[in-house]
Amino acid sequence: MIHSLFLINASGDIFLEKHWKSVVSRSVCDYFFEAQERASEAENVPPVISTPHHYLLSVYRHKIFFVAVIQTEVPPLFVIEFLHRVVDTFQDYFGICSEVMIKDNVVVVYEVLEEMLDNGFPLATESNILKELIKPPTILRTVVNTITGSTNVGDQLPTGQLSVVPWRRTGVKYTNNEAYFDVIEEIDAIIDKSGSTITAEIQGVIDACVKLTGMPDLTLSFMNPRLLDDVSFHPCVRFKRWESERILSFIPPDGNFRLLSYHVSAQNLVAIPVYVKHNINFRDSSSLGRFEITVGPKQTMGKTIEGVMVTSQMPKGVLNMSLTPSQGTHIFDPVTKLLTWDVGKINPQKLPSLKGSMNLQAGTSKPDENPTINLQFKIQQLAISGLKVNRLDMYGEKYKPFKGIKYMTKAGKFQVRT
Amino acid sequence: MAASPAYGEEKGGSSSLGEPEYGHDPASGGIFASDYKRHDDLKEMLDSNKDSLKLEAMKRIVAMIARGKNASDLFPAVVKNVACKNIEVKKLVYVYLVRYAEEQQDLALLSISTFQRGLKDPNQLIRASALRVLSSIRVPIIVPIMMLAIKEAASDMSPYVRKTAAHAIPKLYSLDSDQKDQLIEVIEKLLADKTTLVAGSVVMAFEEVCPERIDLIHKNYRKLCNLLIDVEEWGQVVIINMLTRYARTQFLSPNQNESLLEESAEKAFYGSEEEDTKDAKAEAASLAKRKPYVMDPDHRLLLRNTKPLLQSRNAAVVMAVAQLYFHLAPKAEVGVIAKALVRLLRSHSEVQYVVLQNVATMSIKRRGMFEPYLKSFYIRSTDPTQIKILKLEVLTNLANETNISTILREFQTYIRSMDKDFVAATIQAIGRCATNIGKVRDTCLNGLVQLLSNRDELVVAESVVVIKKLLQMQPAQHSEIIKHMAKLTDNIQVPMARASILWLIGEYCEHVPKIAPDVLRKMAKSFTNEEDIVKLQVINLAAKLYLTNSKQSKLLTQYVLNLAKYDQNYDIRDRARFIRQLIVPTEKSGALNKYAKKLFLAQKPAPILESSFKDRDHFQLGSLSHLLNAKAVGYQELPDWPDEAPDPSVRNVEVPEWTKCTSREKRKEKVEKPFYSDSEGESGPTESADSGESHHEPESDSEESGSSSSSGTSSSSSEEEDEEEEEEGSGEQSEEKEGEEEEEKRKKRKEKGGLRKAGSPQPLSPMGWAWWPMLSCGPWQLLSPAFGAVRTYELLHRMAGEGLSVEYCFSRRPFPGDPHMVAVQIQISNNTDAEVKSLRVSEPKLLAGMRIQEFPEIESLAPGDTASVVMGIDFCDSTQAANFQLCTHTRHFYVSIQPPVGELMAPVFMSENEFRKEQGKLTGMSEITEKLTLPEKCRSDHAIVQQVTSAANVGRVPCGADNEYRFAAKTVTSGSLVLITLEWREGAAAQLTVNSEKMVIGTMLVKDIIQALAQ
Repeated sequence: MIHSLFLINASGDIFLEKHWKSVVSRSVCDYFFEAQERASEAENVPPVISTPHHYLLSVYRHKIFFVAVIQTEVPPLFVIEFLHRVVDTFQDYFGICSEVMIKDNVVVVYEVLEEMLDNGFPLATESNILKELIKPPTILRTVVNTITGSTNVGDQLPTGQLSVVPWRRTGVKYTNNEAYFDVIEEIDAIIDKSGSTITAEIQGVIDACVKLTGMPDLTLSFMNPRLLDDVSFHPCVRFKRWESERILSFIPPDGNFRLLSYHVSAQNLVAIPVYVKHNINFRDSSSLGRFEITVGPKQTMGKTIEGVMVTSQMPKGVLNMSLTPSQGTHIFDPVTKLLTWDVGKINPQKLPSLKGSMNLQAGTSKPDENPTINLQFKIQQLAISGLKVNRLDMYGEKYKPFKGIKYMTKAGKFQVRT
Repeated sequence: MAASPAYGEEKGGSSSLGEPEYGHDPASGGIFASDYKRHDDLKEMLDSNKDSLKLEAMKRIVAMIARGKNASDLFPAVVKNVACKNIEVKKLVYVYLVRYAEEQQDLALLSISTFQRGLKDPNQLIRASALRVLSSIRVPIIVPIMMLAIKEAASDMSPYVRKTAAHAIPKLYSLDSDQKDQLIEVIEKLLADKTTLVAGSVVMAFEEVCPERIDLIHKNYRKLCNLLIDVEEWGQVVIINMLTRYARTQFLSPNQNESLLEESAEKAFYGSEEEDTKDAKAEAASLAKRKPYVMDPDHRLLLRNTKPLLQSRNAAVVMAVAQLYFHLAPKAEVGVIAKALVRLLRSHSEVQYVVLQNVATMSIKRRGMFEPYLKSFYIRSTDPTQIKILKLEVLTNLANETNISTILREFQTYIRSMDKDFVAATIQAIGRCATNIGKVRDTCLNGLVQLLSNRDELVVAESVVVIKKLLQMQPAQHSEIIKHMAKLTDNIQVPMARASILWLIGEYCEHVPKIAPDVLRKMAKSFTNEEDIVKLQVINLAAKLYLTNSKQSKLLTQYVLNLAKYDQNYDIRDRARFIRQLIVPTEKSGALNKYAKKLFLAQKPAPILESSFKDRDHFQLGSLSHLLNAKAVGYQELPDWPDEAPDPSVRNVEVPEWTKCTSREKRKEKVEKPFYSDSEGESGPTESADSGESHHEPESDSEESGSSSSSGTSSSSSEEEDEEEEEEGSGEQSEEKEGEEEEEKRKKRKEKGGLRKAGSPQPLSPMGWAWWPMLSCGPWQLLSPAFGAVRTYELLHRMAGEGLSVEYCFSRRPFPGDPHMVAVQIQISNNTDAEVKSLRVSEPKLLAGMRIQEFPEIESLAPGDTASVVMGIDFCDSTQAANFQLCTHTRHFYVSIQPPVGELMAPVFMSENEFRKEQGKLTGMSEITEKLTLPEKCRSDHAIVQQVTSAANVGRVPCGADNEYRFAAKTVTSGSLVLITLEWREGAAAQLTVNSEKMVIGTMLVKDIIQALAQ
């Protein structure tokens, strides 16, 4: 299956290589560099590249290319999904996954990779199992290790590896037992020129942070489970129970994990919480254009919209922009032609706006297309679909845990065409 | 050179010896010198007694390896530490060894004994990692040692070690493929393993070593299906892909009838004229010839057990299930995968890329599936270009008469995008929509013509190419457009577009007689500066004009041909020569000259704009080969459905396999009970907490169903635990019995009272599971009275049997060992005055698909004695008789058993709601209703229930309404539901309704029940 892995940074240096079978020369990456050159941007590099003797499958995350080399037929998603899992694991271990972090912890990285694959086939990918095999580096542990000479490597087979709940280790102990659930919904929408919605859907996730002693068995029920149209679960969720009763029943992993991601059925009309009024004009004759946008709240259920951020990719012909915002700060990058306006909170009494003019390249004709506006925002304490958790119960343990549920709505891929 | 210091050190023993040698080497550059120095201090550190120094050294070495620096000269120093006590040092040494052992085979051998010791370690992690490293050292000499180690590890107590053994198999195979036969044995053994941990890895090994040995899967097929949900994600992917291939070889196509229908329908839809009536007739004939399709229960099992995995968080698993459904499911069921695939579009862009490729292929075959999700494929300006183009492909595939206007409106926005590659692709897409959907052809054409005045040359060029293709469909109406395009030749520079315009003018020069020669004049002027592709078209245009309008263009043509004659490109020179000979009449010119006009101006068929994803589905979806549209190394072809299904009985597991397991392991395995796919119901506390999820069959627990049984549960619980123990041992058998076993238990509980009285032996021994030879006791009492009097049938009359009389009855207990068989209890009485010896069944004559499980031979039967045995017959849900011979040591008797239809089923327990729900699904053809009059004695609840249950082996379903009786059962072979409703109206009138997808069974059952009630 997976033969080798190369990590390549933005400037095209291979800064880590790992082989699970015979060594593949790093010159195989030349094919990748070729493809990279052809693609103008990093995300346009094809994820699958065929070379005479190998296939290169890559993912691009945190400004690093993770390039897997394979030799024989294998489902491409298998490799891609695995590479993403590798990145997630690094993030879990080191907090962030960056070139510097990987270089600093190269031995741990190597040990982790060694455990994750055996002969190119995944062996242990659950992060709690890995963490028992190879303990994540912390400053305290480094100090202790240098003094006592103990190691970061576990010498017993992690209990999870053999149990029916491989995602949870045994013997977890906490003094404060707590379980937090964040219901986060994202609105993906395309709004057309006139302000009407072309497509809008709500995707949600429930992220959990569970710190409970022992082997708790949790059930979580919703007031309105019918809202959930399509769901995907963490392996810990008992599927049959969901099928029959629409209840999430599970023995949770320890720590942070994504319990559920869901899609709200398309029949429900999606409330769009913001609107954008825009007036962007390029005139044919003059080299000046007008630019004016206003952002306002629409259906917010009485909540404030925060963290509003407007970005827009301006056409190539725009040389500079002189704009004045009524609030927040804005930046126009004349090289990438990217306009960013950090708006902040929306005050319904005084709507934020950004007005001014654009300097166009003299002599060129006006651009065909008006730029699209991408919007980001956050609304606290609101799940826009109306999803509500009914109750959370714990079985199997005696103590009383502290439970908390938080709702949030965010913009996903929210785009306004102008 | 790299290796030499290593050897030097080995000989010298001290590192200081090597140092001056390299330090003063003038040839090695500064960097290298310092490198070697550093290596020397590493060696020193490795030689020290302190673990911390060793660890530090190893960490630095591993960091070197990670950066791709060569550290092979340190091999001897490192390999010494392979037996180090410190586990982290040891691990890093392993990492080093695996990396360099191949290059330094002799030295690597030094480490082998350490691993061999490690293989015997009491700690399973150490055993496993020793095997992992041993098998990863690619040194051919140790192949026999590896083989031995793998064989040993394959029967290790620890499933983790067994998993490692499975991983080691492909490693050894790639090192020495001669070991294949031995490895297959190990694979066979590991395939029989029941733990989920091993399943994925061994199937992986199977796929790499012997994917052609499909026969190894038969016995494990049901187990794999049932375990699937508990296997780790990566194993699931491999197993699902393998099972897809397996199912293609073993089952019949669920769409065989439809595909024929669809084909002819499609032909009609596209209105292809050459459709042959003969063809249609042949099709109709073959349609009629086909038998009605019944899905193999194993096929159904696979579909049912993979479906929940569509909810997996792992995109690879979702894709694997999606491709399985696409390739194996009946057409009506494929739709379920669309939603899950659309969900994956929210994932990382690499995942999107792969998923969209597959969706593009699927959307050609099954457009309806993705139509509801049309808007999910709308393109955002922030999508990467490669994603945009794939989405466009899908949108184009989904376009039809009803949604084309929305799609075109969407396309209009895309055309104004800043991403020009994407705009070009959009124009192509519009062209395809226009060719496929006649209604919008003119609209599209007008839109494209407008684009001709676009400022961007790429856009114009692409439009020209597409317009050219569209115009070919109806050139006569569009001479205006052709004129407009002729004007463009002055401005447009893109060669492909110029060539297209020229071809168009040449082809339709009769529509634009005035303009065409002028265009040729212009082109002749610029001929030398044109691209090759344009030059060829100029020659082409000249030739066509010469043939149609030689007066105006004769000289021009000559001129162009002369220019071409001296062109640098030999293709062009060649073409010019060829055309001159063909069109210009000379004395020597051949016979073809006359036909020149016909050759050049022949009616040309319009091009068909097709998706590049068409016919890609002959590759297994989700595979690398499909994505690349080329066969990748090691790709396993997806076989076509067989015409005749191979024998399904190969998947039956008859003999419980007794694995030698220590009691310790047994205990462990008990803990390891699968998390979701638990077949053994009420045991652990967790399972009892979520009893709802443990069965796919809608059964409420027996605790609620009857008061008598609840008391039985507590009393029999100890015994049941014994049974449970046994099930663990009997392994696969118990796993596949699943629900049936549940039922059996429940029934047994009910029967317990009767059983004890009768004093019949409890099936406790493992043999007991396979056979219940119950000698000389009254077996007829076995059944609880709720089932009414059991009817016995005669198999052999004492006259015909020369004193031997045989009777049989349907015991209505599940036949142990095979849930698809009906248990037939046979009572043999010896009425002769001699001993009858070796009574047995032989030479069964069965219809296709029917199977028989004979009873074990009865060695002897004393005069006057009676023996009772059980045999199992799979009647394939038909009432055809099973014929066989009953043999004694002297005689053969031909006998046959014909089952009443009511015995072909087993009761199921369901709630009223479930009953209604199922009934709702089985209407129309599957519903049979009959009116009847109840005789006097049959007008009480008790009598009705008794009569119905005696006529058929069904279970009563609770019912809220008075005077209504409901019963439910499943047919034994295919497991299809049979639902019976009896409505008792006023007086004697009643109505009987039977719902079942097996219509024959339904009809016969109605008849039987009415007869039973009338008696």
